[in-house]
Amino acid sequence: MAPPAQSQRSPSPSQPSGKGEVSDLKMQLRQLAGSRAPGTDDSKRDLFKKVISYMTIGIDVSSVFSEMVMCSATSDIVLKKMCYLYVGNYAKYNPDLALLTINFLQRDCKDEDPMIRGLALRSLGSLRVPNLVEYLVGPLGAGLKDANSYVRMVAAVGVLKLYHISASTCLDADFPALLKHLMLNDPDAQVVANCLSALQEIWGVEASSSEEAAMEREALISKPIIYYLLNRIKEFSEWAQCTVLELVSKYAPPDSNEIFDIMNLLEDRLQHANGAVVLATIKLFLQLTLSMTDVHQQVYERIKAPLLTLVSSGSPEQSYAVLSHLHLLVMRAPMLFASDYKHLYCQYNEPFYVKKLKLEMLTAVANESNTYEIVTELCEYAANVDIPIARESIRAVGKIALEQYDVNAIVDRLLQFLEMEKDYVTAETLVLVKDLLRKYPQWSHDCIAVIGNISSNNVQEPKAKAALIWMLGEYAQDMQDAPYALEGLIDDWEDETSPEVRLHLLTAVMKCFFRRPPETQKALGSALAAGLSDMHQDVHDRALFYYRLLQHSVSVANSVVNPTKQAVSVFADTQSSEIKDRIFDEFNSLSVLYQKPCYMFTDKEHQGPFAFSEELGNLSIGVDDQRVEANDEDLLLSTTGKEESLSQQTQGALLVSLDQTEPAAAHAQQTNLVIDDIFGLGLSSPSPSPSPSPSPLLKLNAKAVLDPTSFQQKWRQLPVSTSQEGLISPQGVAAMTSAQTLVRHMQGHHIHCIASGGQAPNFKLFFFAQKAEEPSNFLVECVINLSTAKAQIKIKVEDENASQAFSNLFQSALSEFGMV
Amino acid sequence: MISQFFVLSQRGDNIVFRDYRGDVQKGSAEIFFRKVKFWKEDGETEAPPVFNVDGVNYFHVKVVGLLFVATTRANISPSLVLELLQRIARVTKDYLGILNEDSIRKNFVLVYELLDEVIDFGYVQTTSTEVLKSCVFNEPIMIDAAHMPPLGPAALFMQGNKRMPGTAVTKSVVANEPGGRRREEIFVDIIEKISLTFSSSGYILTSEIDGTIQMKSYLSGNPEIRLALNEDLNIGRGGRSAYDYGGSSGSGAVILDDCNFHESVHLDSFDVDRTLTLVPPDGEFPVMNYRMTQEFKPPFRINTLIEEAGSLKAEVILKVRAEFPQNITANTVVVQMPVPKYTSRVSFELESGAVGQVTDFKEPNKKIEWGLKKIVGGSEHTLRAKLTFAHESHGNITKEAGPVSMTFTIPMYNCSRLQVKYLQIAKKSKTYNPYRWVRYVTQANSYVARI
Repeated sequence: MAPPAQSQRSPSPSQPSGKGEVSDLKMQLRQLAGSRAPGTDDSKRDLFKKVISYMTIGIDVSSVFSEMVMCSATSDIVLKKMCYLYVGNYAKYNPDLALLTINFLQRDCKDEDPMIRGLALRSLGSLRVPNLVEYLVGPLGAGLKDANSYVRMVAAVGVLKLYHISASTCLDADFPALLKHLMLNDPDAQVVANCLSALQEIWGVEASSSEEAAMEREALISKPIIYYLLNRIKEFSEWAQCTVLELVSKYAPPDSNEIFDIMNLLEDRLQHANGAVVLATIKLFLQLTLSMTDVHQQVYERIKAPLLTLVSSGSPEQSYAVLSHLHLLVMRAPMLFASDYKHLYCQYNEPFYVKKLKLEMLTAVANESNTYEIVTELCEYAANVDIPIARESIRAVGKIALEQYDVNAIVDRLLQFLEMEKDYVTAETLVLVKDLLRKYPQWSHDCIAVIGNISSNNVQEPKAKAALIWMLGEYAQDMQDAPYALEGLIDDWEDETSPEVRLHLLTAVMKCFFRRPPETQKALGSALAAGLSDMHQDVHDRALFYYRLLQHSVSVANSVVNPTKQAVSVFADTQSSEIKDRIFDEFNSLSVLYQKPCYMFTDKEHQGPFAFSEELGNLSIGVDDQRVEANDEDLLLSTTGKEESLSQQTQGALLVSLDQTEPAAAHAQQTNLVIDDIFGLGLSSPSPSPSPSPSPLLKLNAKAVLDPTSFQQKWRQLPVSTSQEGLISPQGVAAMTSAQTLVRHMQGHHIHCIASGGQAPNFKLFFFAQKAEEPSNFLVECVINLSTAKAQIKIKVEDENASQAFSNLFQSALSEFGMV
Repeated sequence: MISQFFVLSQRGDNIVFRDYRGDVQKGSAEIFFRKVKFWKEDGETEAPPVFNVDGVNYFHVKVVGLLFVATTRANISPSLVLELLQRIARVTKDYLGILNEDSIRKNFVLVYELLDEVIDFGYVQTTSTEVLKSCVFNEPIMIDAAHMPPLGPAALFMQGNKRMPGTAVTKSVVANEPGGRRREEIFVDIIEKISLTFSSSGYILTSEIDGTIQMKSYLSGNPEIRLALNEDLNIGRGGRSAYDYGGSSGSGAVILDDCNFHESVHLDSFDVDRTLTLVPPDGEFPVMNYRMTQEFKPPFRINTLIEEAGSLKAEVILKVRAEFPQNITANTVVVQMPVPKYTSRVSFELESGAVGQVTDFKEPNKKIEWGLKKIVGGSEHTLRAKLTFAHESHGNITKEAGPVSMTFTIPMYNCSRLQVKYLQIAKKSKTYNPYRWVRYVTQANSYVARI
């Protein structure tokens, strides 16, 4: 290529005004458009480059659209590419002009060079102009059948592009079916991968409105397709492998042999240098073994080394992404990582976000045997010049202390922190000492001795000041200076900007008053006076409350501010276990980095691969209690009216369906074979050979999916097939600390909770389950009253034949939990 | 699926901007840059590599001072995107020879061409330089390598090592040499990064080596290559904890904690004779990454002494001893140590006859810095720093200063003793004898001595 003209020398970031340059370009392009002189292509290249460089820095060059199109008549592929790029960028905003490009793009789609066919097809799809879709269908159809894999690869993605411009056109042309055929037959792995991605997206969106699409989406995670893809796994590029692995992680193998087969097949993926492949494999392994506790634990052991290697190789950014996943696993099973604590030590040059994760992990893995070393290490960080890390480290030490290991030594260290006389260290430590005293009041003596020496003048941060004041009030009798220290603080009332501190001050001076009345009386008086005239509503109200309380009865006031306190045994965890479980389910996604389930940061249509269980999550998680209850009520309202009228029918159904299991199993077998035929896959392993012993037991789908709306619909439509009442054993009552424990238990039996609500002693839960081989649902309502130890169960089924089998299964699952 | 990809300069200018799905607004680059530049969230001042603004997820990696960014609205695998960004940078480097703002600006059309093939509608198609060669037609415009600052780990070899042709590592995999013919050569670099922490008494608290065997092949016709490593190489420490050193120090087998391999590597004979077989794809890629916590001899010992001299003065004596053989020389050594916040002045005293050493007191962050151009194996160097305090120190100065940290590069030396015993290239003819470069280098990752 010719060396760049001066245009390239000055790709000035200082934005040129644009106007003059653009019209200049327009002129020059027009001159070149018709020219066939030698060297034209080179001049065109330079001009095109200019146009694109303007486009990049944000200057609007859409006005040269027609000139660009005129110049596009060329055989120079580099020119073509630039032109495609330009057209793709501006067509959307100039639909009329875009029509101009159709002609040459369509012509290029028939070029004899596959590269040009592919490029033209890709650009055609990138126009994003709705009224041009008719021109897209033909070339796409031809592209999917093209002899060249590059063109097919582009065409597969092209179908998806078409779907996003006009879903109906895409579906009417029956492109998804074509994609599916290609996916299962194309020799080129990237074509297969693109088909899979496109189908996942298309059916993912369609599933909400079309039953058929929902089935198709389900079919993607059926055994034949999963095995087909797995058998070709090594052919795929590392990126496509990620797509396949993600899909496979939704597949629930019916038996453990299959699970081991899959894991053995993919074992070497854990040694891949690409972190994305490794994490996708890990997710799959974790999901596969969820119900096999021992193996699950072995998986943790197996993935430790690869994860640590990924953390330390690669760029800091990649290592952060992996470390976040390690963090998730460590938080879930800290004891499995207890011996690896040295890997979690911070390095001085790591960014804050990495150190923070490491500190949290260090805190979590601390146990009897490693606490000493971990705390020693943390104390080094506390003395660090890096202030945010020093703070985090002190908090970490405090948290470990609260976890009971070796409190003795840790308290000593915390007190040493106070001697460091660094403001922020003192501040953090005070907050911690306060928490420690609430949990271990027996340490008050040692702590108070040190705290008493701290001058409140050296403490400025509100949280720390509040903590100090709380201790002054709580331990007024042990601290010589307490009343006077408080008095000093009250004198500065006007300068105290934090309402939190002023509130604490009021309470502390009250406490102090009851312990040392003569010394505190004056301080109390001025505190109440200051509080009553305080502008902050809460402070004012509290002062008034104390004032009236004292007027009413001094002894009552005493019992209000100085009640006998119990030591806090456990500080509430900030994140519910439900949320943590959901994040775990969304392993290898942004949820892990943000430490939030995806519905908290992503709008619905973009939840991607996790959309499957999305709405369900909203419901079953008790994040938003109101929402759960609202849905619960919805379900209630819609059902109560119909139950009576249906009960008769139900009785009948029960009688008919006594001999249920055989036909159900046979039916399942049949559908499977049919699917096989349709695909015509010559697969050896996955063919569901008519197994010699068709299990008489009902098999449930471990990863059944049902969204609340359809649950509600079905619940409304279906009759009650079984209705029972049972007693709960004392063990059951004891185990039922929250609805979640039962939910977890039932999940182990592949019975999933869709909504739960209530508080002890009354719980109400809705469950659903699906047959392993077909999307036939079982719905259950379960009302539990712990005080009467009774459980009421209503079961509704889609396939009456399996009703009894399911009912038995459900009850045996319940009885394992100590119910019925 | 990725919505947009763009490259920003340090000043926030768009150098390249590609929109794939059109579901993220056009001004995203600006939103991103402002967010990163003025990041302030829960005490952090450095933006994490991934964050969410108004439903748009922004991923970025920093490469040679540039920001490679991707956006998406979907909840996708962060590892995948970050890995991809890194890979785009690598492919671009393969094409341009040198990756920096200037080279991208000069070749932005080529970069667009690459981006078009790497991602389609947000889905990754390929990142293999090999595959891309067949569908990328622009030719790179080379920038003058001589004036560019050396970048990346492989660039280490450019200085002070006459045996290596300096331009080789910065040449494009597609551009032809001026003479028309390409030189047949292959580079294998064993790059090790050391993380090590000494306790205040000089005892090693933690140590780890993170290594990479990096390959860059300019061989035509993609011949098969066999790479033999130490025969007694062991991988995995069985049931033992990684820090359970046992008595394996000094000589004996090399024990790696773990390793992973590039896709192209065949491990068929690895278990038997520790050889890796591969057909190297074009461009630069890691053949193998490994991690080792086995005890090793630290290349440097650091000794720090702080003596108080009155209430307003103290003296810091830093000693660095090179514990590697005399025929090896470390370069670009920097020793840093934070001093008490109330230090107002520092005067330095270098050993007599010191050459190529510089000292500095970084006033804003209260650090002393000692740079040594070269340290020959077996030698010892001392720095005396006299500190003057603005006010009286209360208590222990050692609690207010340190730790001492060190960065260095030691060419032709590696601590793990992992070796490439031979590099065999499947012969095409008798006269075919391409250049093979096997090079070692050790760098400090986090090399810290507490005081």
